[in-house]
Amino acid sequence: MGNVIELRNVNKVYRGTPDVQVLFDITLAFPDRSFNSIVGESGSGKSTLLNLIGSLDRPTSGDVIIDGISTASLSSDRLAEVRNRTLGFVFQAHYLLPEFTAMENVLMSYVIGTRKPDRAVMDWADELFELLGISRVKNNRSTRMSGGQQQRTAIVRALINKPRVVLADEPTGNLDSENTANIYKRFREINERYGTTFIIVTHDRRIAEQTDRIVEVRDGRVLLDISK
Amino acid sequence: MSLPLRIAVRFLVSGKAQTLLIVGGIAVAISVQVFVGLLLDSLQQGLIAQTVGNSPQIRITSADENVTIGRWNEVLSVARGRPGVSAVGVSASANAFVRKGNDSVPVLVRGLDDTAIARIYGLSSNLYEGRLISGAGDALIGRDLAKKLDISVGDRLQVRTPEGAAVDYVVSGLFDLGVAAIDGGWVVTPLRTAQSLFGFGNRVTSVEVKVEDIFTADVLASEIASLLADDGLDVSNWKDENESLLSAIQSQSISSNMIQSVIIISVAIAIASILSISVLQKRRQVGILKAMGIKDRAASLIFVYQGLLIGLLAAVLGLTLGVALLYGFTTFATTGGESVVAFRFDTALILRSFVVAVAASGLAGLVPARRSLQLTPIEVIREG
Repeated sequence: MGNVIELRNVNKVYRGTPDVQVLFDITLAFPDRSFNSIVGESGSGKSTLLNLIGSLDRPTSGDVIIDGISTASLSSDRLAEVRNRTLGFVFQAHYLLPEFTAMENVLMSYVIGTRKPDRAVMDWADELFELLGISRVKNNRSTRMSGGQQQRTAIVRALINKPRVVLADEPTGNLDSENTANIYKRFREINERYGTTFIIVTHDRRIAEQTDRIVEVRDGRVLLDISK
Repeated sequence: MSLPLRIAVRFLVSGKAQTLLIVGGIAVAISVQVFVGLLLDSLQQGLIAQTVGNSPQIRITSADENVTIGRWNEVLSVARGRPGVSAVGVSASANAFVRKGNDSVPVLVRGLDDTAIARIYGLSSNLYEGRLISGAGDALIGRDLAKKLDISVGDRLQVRTPEGAAVDYVVSGLFDLGVAAIDGGWVVTPLRTAQSLFGFGNRVTSVEVKVEDIFTADVLASEIASLLADDGLDVSNWKDENESLLSAIQSQSISSNMIQSVIIISVAIAIASILSISVLQKRRQVGILKAMGIKDRAASLIFVYQGLLIGLLAAVLGLTLGVALLYGFTTFATTGGESVVAFRFDTALILRSFVVAVAASGLAGLVPARRSLQLTPIEVIREG
């Protein structure tokens, strides 16, 4: 099984007075179709690591390779293309656009890739809404949904382009335990059914233990890397 | 519809109250600009029409005083052949007297051809009583002269030259051109009658030219002069004879343009600052769109489109309001039942204002568009 994400000697320094280095020489690889978690305490650098993996931020040195493409020298427009086609994001906050309905938010990611939604993608969106149990609210504005429904809409949005990798940063941080359990169950289902790689950042060890591999980050370094 | 345009429309529609306030504010500014522009334009046109509208803008006379022109037919065809000339007529004019009881009143007898009567002096449209000249013995006089002589349509009018020649006319119509010197001093007769009264034979005293654009009169005058190439002829134009009026009109145009420019600049600044605030408001949305993969250019286009849409709506609303204001002004601002200024719909000014307002709005949208270019998704993600 090939690697869909690779990090090679990645360092991240936030410039300021003084400079703060948050990641130290990270080298990691995530195989295709794998189900991973990154754990660590608050301030350990785990979210920074995920943002670098997702090309939302650039490393100070080193390289992040996404689906075989080295991102070190890519333009911001080319990076945007890679993000749109290869990655799906779920954050602790849902980050839905309040001006649009749930369905429009979901299709936005598809349309950004300069594609016009066809029947196939509409069916796929319906299937995902069904899978996550929120078909009822797909035409609601995001401001007129519950927190759980908003987060599940964000998950549908992350999956609409059939990305190779879903990056999730504390995706259930704002949800109750019932919604949390439900969402991880869906993640696992999607991983198994569609072969989507998952990299989930969490501070909750119980959630991490449901994944196949746990990468623990402490003080900007990989402390543990355990696979089941 | 492109994605940035769709997003721009949605951003504007989702904040309806804010959008309406912005569009309303800018529309009011545009309406003031259009109102001021149209009003000054109407005033200017009114002033010009009153001063030089009902008279020739180019006059070809003999270079020596009291000498008539013999080759006027040739002059007439040269002037007629110039593009931009709308009418060419001839006149045989000289001073004379009319009798009132035992007194004599000095007048200027103006023997005019049909073109001069109707198209250059506009006597047909300014005739308020009677009819135009139809026979050799007919004459037209102005309102003031009629009052001075206490005569009306159908009365006889004896005209006597300083040399003693005399002819009796019948007043066929009374005109009012609104110019005291004309209304109180002219006796308009057929060309032939005046020629024979003054012994001019077939000669005339002037060839008179009306032009389509009065501001080109000086250029046309020098063109005609060089084509005639005759030192014995003097080609004069209204601009040379009305320098103070011209300078007043030019000052008015400059001040009108300045006022309009200042308003346009303030509109552009208002749109730029409003949209800059909009970038701050939509910062989160732009960051999310960038995280999803929207390219920088497309993200910045959202704000250019917002600027253009606001400008478009405000321009349509503002122009309508501006024209309505002028209409209201010309309808209700009256003195003695007459409008202070005539309503004049200047399509060119309206179109120019529309294009300038929309272009300024689009340009104003570039300011926030540039700011959005610098926004990275990570900034929004970190803010949570």
